[in-house]
Amino acid sequence: MEDYGTETESDYTSYWRDWFISTRGNEYFCEIDEDYLTDRFNLTGLQAEVQYYQYALELVTDVLDIECDDEMREQIEKSARHLYGLVHARFIVTTRGLAKMLEKYKKGEFGKCPRVLCSGQPLLPMGLHDNPGTSTVKLYCGRCEDLYNPKSSRHAAIDGAYFGTSFHNILFQVYPAMVPLKSARRYEPRVFGFRVHAAATLQRWQEEGRGELVERLKEARVETGFVDEEEEEEEEDLDDDDDSKL
Amino acid sequence: MSSSSQIVDTWISNFCNEVGHEYFAEVAEDFIEDDFNLTGLQSQVPMYKEALEMILDVEPEDDEDDEEEEEDDDEDDDMLGDDLRFRRSAAERRHLRISSDTTQIENSAELLYGLIHQRYITSRPGIQQMLEKYELQHFGHCPRVLCHLAKVIPVGRSDMPGQDTVKLFCPCCLDIYTPPNSRFSHIDGAFFGTTFGCLFFMTFPDLDLTGSPSGAIPTQPTTINGVTSANFAVSLGSGPKGKVYEPRIYGFRVSERSRSGPRMQWLRSKPADINLLDEARIYHEGKAAIMTEEVNEEEEDQAMPDATAPPTTTRRKAKATGPRRRSARAAASTAMDANGTSGPG
Repeated sequence: MEDYGTETESDYTSYWRDWFISTRGNEYFCEIDEDYLTDRFNLTGLQAEVQYYQYALELVTDVLDIECDDEMREQIEKSARHLYGLVHARFIVTTRGLAKMLEKYKKGEFGKCPRVLCSGQPLLPMGLHDNPGTSTVKLYCGRCEDLYNPKSSRHAAIDGAYFGTSFHNILFQVYPAMVPLKSARRYEPRVFGFRVHAAATLQRWQEEGRGELVERLKEARVETGFVDEEEEEEEEDLDDDDDSKL
Repeated sequence: MSSSSQIVDTWISNFCNEVGHEYFAEVAEDFIEDDFNLTGLQSQVPMYKEALEMILDVEPEDDEDDEEEEEDDDEDDDMLGDDLRFRRSAAERRHLRISSDTTQIENSAELLYGLIHQRYITSRPGIQQMLEKYELQHFGHCPRVLCHLAKVIPVGRSDMPGQDTVKLFCPCCLDIYTPPNSRFSHIDGAFFGTTFGCLFFMTFPDLDLTGSPSGAIPTQPTTINGVTSANFAVSLGSGPKGKVYEPRIYGFRVSERSRSGPRMQWLRSKPADINLLDEARIYHEGKAAIMTEEVNEEEEDQAMPDATAPPTTTRRKAKATGPRRRSARAAASTAMDANGTSGPG
């Protein structure tokens, strides 16, 4: 910001990152710190990955100062977005990056879990691969520990590698207090009020698996992380009461 | 009647074409006209009669001729006879209805239609219609990544209206999800009901839910607990494709003992050998194993002359082992002796 006055063309190119993260469809990205971007060490290996690497980096850091035609400009712009994404994947696992993403997570900017019994648990963006161009961004729910597709198509086009396979797990490792309580409540398929045999059998089998897990954790003296069952039943009763009033 | 056949856009088709009503099937008019199908709805819907008329478009327009009017009256006669007052002031009311009552009747009609819809889609023509909609992907896909865009169907969490909105049931992970578009967030779940979801897939067991059959481990039965096993919870379990998400950091699995470690994998698990879910068979096999054990024990007991087992157990054993050792006369007689002696003694 200090060299704002010294840059002649800064009016036009300044705040590329501001513009980028406020663009529609880029809501999942956080702003990468300037000093992180300018530290060459953090960009190791990206030169081979990004076309017009130098120009792209200059554009991202608002110092690009070349004359070129529109086509070239477009190319550089594209490279800059790709570069930003790749650096983003590295930045969000740093302390600063995690804190920034945590803020966004708390505000629910990544959407809510579509699973009904997760009751609107906020999601975290993640990728299935760390190499770009393999898969698009997915959303991770900390409550049911499953992955979901973003519901908006403008998010469905974002590369998953811009978030990486590790970020969401690291976030919960660093902020264990943010791990949501797990719940054993689930949907029971019913026909005319009767539970469906096949589904119920599978659920009994799964429930056995859960019991074993809880036993193992108790033996290892680790918190199970499940909601107290009695509490949950009470909650359920309350729900029922509410329902009957309606 | 000729006029009604000309009208292509009925109330029902208009309702189903509205934005946000994409999940609804068009209930056949003869289904609604059958009073049996409407049993009990009268008490649930305010202004039931007017609402029903609105749905069936039996109400004539303001500028309709007398013939139509008479027809309308005839139909009224078929219904409850307590609305003479209604008929006398019908014309008057019709004008009033335009202003204040319309919205109320419209609301009632939507509620009534929804409740009829809940019943209709579990009937044979209704479920067939929903099948067509399902195949045209009117209900969308499962948002779960590992379900690989499996088609879903709308369900409710309650059969009573006004409790919860419509949800989407995925047959591949047997779970329910909130519709992605907010225009469905005001559709009552009761209009689809709790039964429809499972009944649909039980009615059409041949629907192909799988992408490809997995390389089966032991011989897998074609059906399990009444469901085609190839279609049973396709997206669950640890198949060759990995259908349970495993959290990893830099390629290393997160330990279950970590505070943020995996805790919910059971929810998406399924036994690799589906035979493990055949509870009835396992139970009977287990029982048979116990039986053979008992048989052996009993034979040892019989070697001793005075087996003083309590009568209840003896009877159970005798009954359980009956078919096996019917020919063994000695055994039968001991069982009888035990019963006989225990009675007077």
